[in-house]
Amino acid sequence: MNESRSIKRLVIRLLLMAVVMFAFGFALVPLYDVMCKAFGINGKTAGQYEGSQVVDPSRQVRVQFLSTNAVDMVWDFYPKTAEVQVNPGAVTQVLFVAQNTSNHAMTAQAVPSISPAEAASYFHKTECFCFTQQMLQPGERIEMPVRFIVDRDMPADVKHLTVSYTLFDITARMPPVAHVAKNGG
Amino acid sequence: MSAVIDDHGHAGHDEHAHGPAKGLMRWVLTTNHKDIGTMYLWFSFSMFLLGGSFAMVIRAELFQPGLQIVEPAFFNQMTTMHGLIMVFGAVMPAFVGLANWMIPLMIGAPDMALPRMNNFSFWLLPAAFLMLVSTLFMAGGGPNFGWTFYAPLSTTYAPESVTFFIFAIHLMGISSIMGAINVIATILNLRAPGMTLMKMPLFVWTWLITAFLLIAVMPVLAGCVTMMLMDIHFGTSFFSAAGGGDPVLFQHVFWFFGHPEVYIMILPAFGAVSSIIPTFSRKPLFGYTSMVYAVAAIAFLSFIVWAHHMFVVGIPLVGELFFMYATMLIAVPTGVKVFNWVSTMWQGSLTFETPMLFAVAFVILFSIGGFSGLMLAIAPADFQYHDTYFVVAHFHYVLVPGAIFGIFASAYYWLPKWTGHMYDETLGKLHFWLSFVGMNMTFFPMHFVGLAGMPRRVPDYNLQFADFNMVSSIGAFLFGTTQIFFLFIVIKTIRGGEPAPAKPWDGADGLEWTIPSPAPYHTFTTPPEVK
Repeated sequence: MNESRSIKRLVIRLLLMAVVMFAFGFALVPLYDVMCKAFGINGKTAGQYEGSQVVDPSRQVRVQFLSTNAVDMVWDFYPKTAEVQVNPGAVTQVLFVAQNTSNHAMTAQAVPSISPAEAASYFHKTECFCFTQQMLQPGERIEMPVRFIVDRDMPADVKHLTVSYTLFDITARMPPVAHVAKNGG
Repeated sequence: MSAVIDDHGHAGHDEHAHGPAKGLMRWVLTTNHKDIGTMYLWFSFSMFLLGGSFAMVIRAELFQPGLQIVEPAFFNQMTTMHGLIMVFGAVMPAFVGLANWMIPLMIGAPDMALPRMNNFSFWLLPAAFLMLVSTLFMAGGGPNFGWTFYAPLSTTYAPESVTFFIFAIHLMGISSIMGAINVIATILNLRAPGMTLMKMPLFVWTWLITAFLLIAVMPVLAGCVTMMLMDIHFGTSFFSAAGGGDPVLFQHVFWFFGHPEVYIMILPAFGAVSSIIPTFSRKPLFGYTSMVYAVAAIAFLSFIVWAHHMFVVGIPLVGELFFMYATMLIAVPTGVKVFNWVSTMWQGSLTFETPMLFAVAFVILFSIGGFSGLMLAIAPADFQYHDTYFVVAHFHYVLVPGAIFGIFASAYYWLPKWTGHMYDETLGKLHFWLSFVGMNMTFFPMHFVGLAGMPRRVPDYNLQFADFNMVSSIGAFLFGTTQIFFLFIVIKTIRGGEPAPAKPWDGADGLEWTIPSPAPYHTFTTPPEVK
């Protein structure tokens, strides 16, 4: 019958549409990452910065550092310097301290976030402990560097940046070391 | 169109024109669109009472400041389950039930296009909701993370029962998608000769568009809960910052589903009201074509406004502006609809039977909900309103007098066709007025406490909000009790009452009024001719 044939064709198309939209839901994941990276939104920073810039001596920006332990993370984790005044374009290094206070070896991953979010794409890290994972033996303590440049083109109304790191215990989900490092912060 | 077509007159059709099977198995095995529509409607009403009883727990706890009746943990489960059950269990199945009953009758089709799938999509629902409600009795309790189930509340910090919640959502999603496919296949393939697309009643049009929305967004919701499932059990990090994911991503995926979802819950009500107002105004609908285009425009816009639910998560200024203006744009097609309804009534010979009362209240109160929506759309103002009772007032004003009053109006309008009896007009009007007063008493004060800063989803609150909350609670008890009265009215109508003629409303128009009341088990086995 002609009618049942056309119903069948329609149903197949509609089912296909449902499958495509299911896939689209998952496609939102990489799409979201791309958008965040491209627009520097949501406080997400890009990976390692390769360039260098000329120092702008006429302007100073206050950069403040925060550290947070994710839930169930026992390490001591804090910035050695709470805040610095920097000139845009200049390379500045600060140190963060982490100590494994537990009685077993643990691996951690720090995830950075910049506030205000629109400044995130103007905060370049030339080196950061958040690019790698940290594996510490019981009681071991390390000092971890962050080297960064505040971009000369950062909007003038941003006078104050907050760089916040959250430290996660990823011992349980360990193996692929390179994986998280690639996502870089 | 007014002539009654008697299907039983043709001897050649006798072996096809059998009645329903006997006994319980009739309901389990039925593929008849009227049986399935009836089951959907009863199911949705029972869920309405269950979700409503959860709301009563909420309002009882909020009757006074301080903690009196329930623990905060249980209170959270009540707010969550109230939302989930009302959205997925009451409103959506009610519209699917109306679609099952009325679409074939309105377009002159003998049944839905895919009757067996129709049966399956209904019977998935009791299974899904049994699973969902059973979580309340599990160790650790049921879902307590709000009906929007934001990660990480619903992943990292969720109770153990969250997996049952996820599978329940999957089942509901499959049911909705199958229902939507069925509606589209029916409308596009089974229309009677002469029933062109632009002759279809608006209820059919709105359901066609709603069905496409369902197929577009229910799979995204399924993907969203699947990601949660994988985060919880399979070590992925879609929404976990520790593994490179992002909880804000959850909100984007959820609201990409969630915003079209709110139109899924209102568009069929638009359609029903567009049938009811012309009937009791005794005038054809004003601006039919613009109504169709307005619904299509609203459906399209619903896909590009989702982030207005997320103004405070830190999206960039351009984003805030885009989503703000796109949201405000929705007021244009919605305004077209409201003005068309008002113009339909203008200089009409109005009578106010119960369906018309609900429909007029729908137009007025839904507009109030629309206006508070416009207020919330203003991004800088939303920072103040976000997560307050103002939001609760807003979405209850569009859902209760919008979706629910639309369903009540439809039920009273078509009850004579379904049961063969007229409902008791006095009782119907009483039901309307009690609902109207109760509903406004419950939700109007919420605007004030919200603007004053009372946060939503709290079991306790500051003393300054005490009086308004007590008013809200009293209104809620009134509204809740009134709905049991509605159950009484419906049962009374089924059991007896003045016999309904084929066309009980003198201003009504449409194929459903050409068949006798109650509608025979099989209708339009020979398609009617539409001129």
